[in-house]
Amino acid sequence: MTALLTDRGGRGSRPRGRPELYTSYSSDIALLNTPAKRAGVLAIVAAAFALPFAVSDQVLVLLGTGLAMSVGAIGLNIVTGYAGQVSLGHAFFVGLGAYTAAVLSGDPDGRLVGFGLPMVVWLPAAGLVAGAAGLLVAPLATRLRGLYLAIVTLGLVFLGEHVFREWDSVTGGPGVGRDAVQASLFGNSLTAGGAVLSGAQKVYLFALVVLIAAAVPARNLARSGVGRAFAAVRDRDIAAEVIGVSLTKAKLLAFTISSFYAGICGALLYTITRTVEPNSFNLLLSVRFIAMVLIGGAATISGSIMGAMFVTLLPRFTQQVPRFVPFIGQGVTGGGLLTNVELEAMLYGLLIIAFLIFEPRGLFGVWLRVRNYWKGWPFSY
Amino acid sequence: MSDAFAAALEKTSAEVDDARPVLEFSDVHLHFAGVRAISGISFEVGAKELFAIIGPNGAGKTSIFNVLSGVYRPQRGTVRFVGEDIVGRSPHQIAAMGMARTFQNIELFSNLTVIDNLMLGRHHHVRYGVLAALVFAGRAHSEEVAHRAVVEDIIDFLEIQQYRKFPVGLLPYGIQKRVELGRALAMEPKLLLLDEPVAGMNVEETEDMARFVLDIRDELAVPIIMVEHDMGVVMDLADRVMVVDFGSPITTGPPHDVQRDPDVIRAYLGQEHASAAPMGAPR
Ligand SMILES: Nc1ncnc2c1ncn2[C@@H]1O[C@H](COP(=O)(O)OP(=O)(O)OP(=O)(O)O)[C@@H](O)[C@H]1O
Ligand SMILES: [Mg+2]
Repeated sequence: MTALLTDRGGRGSRPRGRPELYTSYSSDIALLNTPAKRAGVLAIVAAAFALPFAVSDQVLVLLGTGLAMSVGAIGLNIVTGYAGQVSLGHAFFVGLGAYTAAVLSGDPDGRLVGFGLPMVVWLPAAGLVAGAAGLLVAPLATRLRGLYLAIVTLGLVFLGEHVFREWDSVTGGPGVGRDAVQASLFGNSLTAGGAVLSGAQKVYLFALVVLIAAAVPARNLARSGVGRAFAAVRDRDIAAEVIGVSLTKAKLLAFTISSFYAGICGALLYTITRTVEPNSFNLLLSVRFIAMVLIGGAATISGSIMGAMFVTLLPRFTQQVPRFVPFIGQGVTGGGLLTNVELEAMLYGLLIIAFLIFEPRGLFGVWLRVRNYWKGWPFSY
Repeated sequence: MSDAFAAALEKTSAEVDDARPVLEFSDVHLHFAGVRAISGISFEVGAKELFAIIGPNGAGKTSIFNVLSGVYRPQRGTVRFVGEDIVGRSPHQIAAMGMARTFQNIELFSNLTVIDNLMLGRHHHVRYGVLAALVFAGRAHSEEVAHRAVVEDIIDFLEIQQYRKFPVGLLPYGIQKRVELGRALAMEPKLLLLDEPVAGMNVEETEDMARFVLDIRDELAVPIIMVEHDMGVVMDLADRVMVVDFGSPITTGPPHDVQRDPDVIRAYLGQEHASAAPMGAPR
């Protein structure tokens, strides 16, 4: 015990074979505080960077979309999972980010408004514009809670859908849309195929870098005093106030940061998909984000990524279902009892319910169980 | 007690003027549609005093705490804490001034670990902002390590080392009560409010808690207001006792005098026992 207390500041060395014995607080609160975690994360990141050279471009686009959605899921998890404020308005902020990026990067001489600015401008700007909108909306959360907040944020989505539909000069109007974000870095296009890398490979790697740059600070935030204050507001708001946490400040921060992430997600998403359609920022998109958070695991960053990947890849599998199951039709107009789109929506619902009942910690919780099982292997107790 | 926490507290108590009362509660009235929770209560708490408030159920004791910590706003009266009027300030502002409390029904963050609950007690001492938190290097990191050192000292003081990484919701009741005390201590309070600290505890747990409370007053020199139904504890620990009933003050004085006051006995036992023996013999 005394040894634990004497070495407070320094990095501290870890006695061999005792991965959870920390010799300093510094190593205890470190981001990856065990050698196993360090090795695991390193392996996953290395694999993620190697992947574009192993799979087809079509799959890469899908995975890249998953990476972009992960940024948005982390954002929603900050406000909903960590700070406990239910928001159905996430799609609205994603849309703001997408259009901010599209307008700033767009062709200045094109059909629609565009400024032809580079990625270093439009990417942060997409986050900032959405974040500013989040800051404006946040006071609602200081007055409303639970279901009421959910309903008011739902209103945001309808408001956004209407504006996006009507504001033709920016969005191109429904059914037409506009060319998406023009991404380039130091004059090199991030989306068009080049000599070394294909367009899909580039855009995947771009999304991967942005996700890492977004996930690490989010994890830092979560383990800091700010993240603790969010958790306090979520669990017991009166007690949080009485120990000195300002509810107003915590909620403002949570909404602003969450919306910033949503904006980045929007910009990234439509770098990948190449067109933006004003009807895509709808309630279903918000519900998808909620599914990602709940399926992946509330209040975990790695869970947000797992959830986003899962929900993004799910349609890929439901698309295959009509081939094997006779009464399920293909596409919106396909015959049969159900279409694969309906099946997908039902699956979200079922999965959310199943996870809430059987594993409230989501995929992250499943992962914890698997890890703990193998830790003790071959002993099951 | 050692190190980081003691040093931090010393700095805090140096800001308090010993000659003046830390708290002046004057003629406070609080009512809820029809219910008079507090009607005209006044008292002062000295700089190193352990002041107890007793009274039957529903007398208004917890309401006094809620007025103090800013959860309820009284309709009339003034409350001066370390020389400043705090009526109308929000709970987090009052907390930042150095008022800490525990709750009658434990109000811990049950999903979080003991360490995180105590670290939350440090909240208003956290100086780094959001941007520093996102980077979590340099200042934010060194501050976190320093706060952790204070928290670890409190964990040692309260003898809850073996629970430090458990979610508090999983801990036994008596330990949760200690963790809640720890969270209040982590705030480096200038005044500590304890609402029924030994309620529901067995004899052993009660003795432990009583020892902690005494240590806090004597060694850490933190003034305390304690609401408690356990007369033994009140008589043993308190410097002065205030008795309230139906929101009104009955008497205030040293434990022995209060114990013999006929009005007090009447309030507790009813009219017919007014001349009976003194209540709650000290242990
Ligand atoms: N928020 C509220 N709304 C309405 N009435 C309230 C409220 N809070 C307290 N009261 C009433 O005020 C009176 C005093 O309550 P209080 O909780 O302060 O009593 P207490 O002395 O702490 O009692 P106990 O010993 O049971 O804890 C009670 O009659 C109670 O019903
Ligand atoms: Mg009470």
